[in-house]
Amino acid sequence: MDTAFNQRRRRDLIVAACFAVIAALVPLFVKDVYVQNIMVLTLMYAALSQSWNILSGYCGQISLGHALYFGLGAYTTALLFTKFGVLPWFGMLGGGLISAVIAMVLGYPCFRLRGHYFVIATIVIAEIALLLFQNWDWAGAALGIDIPVRGDSWLKFQFTRSKLPYFYFALGLACVAWLVTWWLEDSKWGYWWRAVKDNPDAAESLGVVVFNSKMGAAAVSAFLTAVGGAFYAQFVSYIDPESVMGFQFSLLMALPAVLGGIGTLWGPVLGAVILIPLTELTRSFIGGSGRGVDLIVYGTLIVLISLARPEGLVGLFSPRRKEPAR
Amino acid sequence: MTAETIIQSLASGLLMGLLYGLIAVGLALIFGLMDVVNFAHGEFLMIAMYATFFLFAFFAIDPLLAAPLVAAALFVFGALVYLCVVRFAVRAKANAGMVQIFSTFGLAIVMRGLAQFFFTPDYRSITHSWLGGKTFSIAGIYLPVPQLAGALVSIAAFTALYFFINRTDFGRALEATREDAGAVALVGIDKNRVFALGWGLGAALVGLAGAIMAMFFYVYPDVGASFALIAYVTVALGGFGSVFGAFAGGIVVGLVEAGTTLILPPSLKSVGIYAVYLLVVFIRPRGLFGSL
Repeated sequence: MDTAFNQRRRRDLIVAACFAVIAALVPLFVKDVYVQNIMVLTLMYAALSQSWNILSGYCGQISLGHALYFGLGAYTTALLFTKFGVLPWFGMLGGGLISAVIAMVLGYPCFRLRGHYFVIATIVIAEIALLLFQNWDWAGAALGIDIPVRGDSWLKFQFTRSKLPYFYFALGLACVAWLVTWWLEDSKWGYWWRAVKDNPDAAESLGVVVFNSKMGAAAVSAFLTAVGGAFYAQFVSYIDPESVMGFQFSLLMALPAVLGGIGTLWGPVLGAVILIPLTELTRSFIGGSGRGVDLIVYGTLIVLISLARPEGLVGLFSPRRKEPAR
Repeated sequence: MTAETIIQSLASGLLMGLLYGLIAVGLALIFGLMDVVNFAHGEFLMIAMYATFFLFAFFAIDPLLAAPLVAAALFVFGALVYLCVVRFAVRAKANAGMVQIFSTFGLAIVMRGLAQFFFTPDYRSITHSWLGGKTFSIAGIYLPVPQLAGALVSIAAFTALYFFINRTDFGRALEATREDAGAVALVGIDKNRVFALGWGLGAALVGLAGAIMAMFFYVYPDVGASFALIAYVTVALGGFGSVFGAFAGGIVVGLVEAGTTLILPPSLKSVGIYAVYLLVVFIRPRGLFGSL
C-alpha cells in the first residue's frame, strides 16, 4: 500500500542516506582539528538527543535524568578497561545492557508516576547516582578516571593522532539512533508510544499495554544513551562524575530534541546541528573571558527558540501545511 | 551517638527545614496557580542573595532590614519575568510543558551568565551582620541565630500567606484563577494580572529567603542551583498544587537531611532527601498533600 505516510518514510530514508554520505565526505575537505572536534560533538549530541527522544518525545515520559545512563555507559567502559583491561567494545555493550536493565528496574516503580512527579523522580535518581559515584573511592570518587593511552587502534578504540575514527564512529552512532527511531516509528511500539503519550487512559482502554510500552521505550533509550557515554569516555579519555552524570548534562542532552522538535524524527538532528556548533563557537570566541557572556548568548537563544517555535525548528522545514479548518 | 547530638541535629534540621519551606513556597505558589514549574527559581534566590549582599556592602544595610526591600525588588522582578517570558511560554500551542521548562531554564542560564559578568564568579559573604555568627542556647542545645531568625520569618510568611489567600480579594482571585482561569475571565478578572501578581508574590517570598540565606551562606553565581533542586523536591514531596504542602515538605526535608548526616558522611546528605522523596511518591504518587 503506497500511502502518503509510506512515501514520506521512504523519502526520509533517502534524505538521511544522502546526509550521511555528505557528512562522511566532509572530513576529506575539512582538516582543521578544532572543526572536526565540533563535528564529533554535534554527531554525539544528535545520537544522544535521538535516544532521549524515544522515551521522552515519542512515549511522552519526560526524563531529565538521562545523564544516569550516559554516566553508566562511560563508567562501565572506563572501569572495565582501566581495572581489568577489558576492551572498550565489550564495555560499551555491557554498559548498554546494564543501563537498559537499570532503566527497567527504575521504570517499574517510576512509570506509575505522572507529570512533574515523574520528571523530578528521574532527576533525583540521577542525582543519587551522581553522589554515590562522587563518594565511590574505587571508581576514582570525585576526581574521576583517567583512561590510560595504550596506542592507537580500532581494537582498543583509542586514537591520539587523529579525530577521524571518532568522527566516523559518532556518525555511525547517530545513523543507528536515527534508523532505530525511523524503524520504530512505523512499528507496533511506535504507535503504542504515541497513544500512550497522547492519552494513557484511552490507550489502556483500547488494549495498549501502557506499562510495557513505557518499559520498552526506556530500555531502548537507555541502551543507546549508554553507548553514547562509552563513546564519550573513549573520546575525551577522562571522565568524572559531575561531567558525565550531572543534572546539567541531562538538560543538555534533551535540548537539541526540544529545540529541534520533540517527538519528531528530524528534530534531534536539526537541533544538534544548529545548537552544538553555536554553543562551541560562542564558548571559544566570547567565553574565553570567563565572564559568562557565552552563557548569556546561549541562554537567550534557548528562551527565544523555545518561545518562537514551540513545535521545534523542524516546523520551519515541514512541507506546506494546510491551515486547519476553523 | 548520644541523645543530645541527635536532638541537636534534629533541632538544626528543623530550622533549616523551615527555611527550605520558605525557599520552596514561591515555587509551589506559582505551580499551584498555573501549573508552571519555574526552572529559574534557584536563580531568583541567587539574585536576592546578591541584592542583600550589595545593600550591605554599599549602604551598610543589615540583611534583616534589607529583607523587605529585597522582597519588594523581587516582586517587581517576578512580575516582569511573567510578563516578558512566561506569558508567551504559557500560550505555546505545542509542547507547552517542554516550552515552559526550557524557556525558564534558558532564563536561568542567562541570569547565571549575567551574574558572572557583573559580579564575577568570586565567592562573597556578609562578614558582620547583626545576627551573623551568634548562637542561642536553650537546654544545652545550640541554635545559630540567623537560622533561627530564618525559621521565624518562614513561619510568619506562611501565616501571612494563609490569611492573604483566604481573607483578601486578591487571594480569592488567586484561588479562583487556579481553579478555573477561563471562568474568572467571565466575571471580569484579568487573568494576566493575577498571574503576574502571583509571580511577583512567589518571587518576593524567595527574595525573603535569599535575604536570610545571605547572612550565613556564600553568595556566588551558581549558588541557586543546589537549592533549586531541593526546592523542587520540597514542593513535590509536599504535593504540587498545595502551598502549605511546601511548608510540611520543607520540614520533612530539613529533618531528613539532618538525620542523614547522623548516619552517612556529609557529602551524601542529599541522598536521604532524594530517597525519602522517592519513597513517598512510590507510596503516594501525588505527594503528601497534593491533589491529583
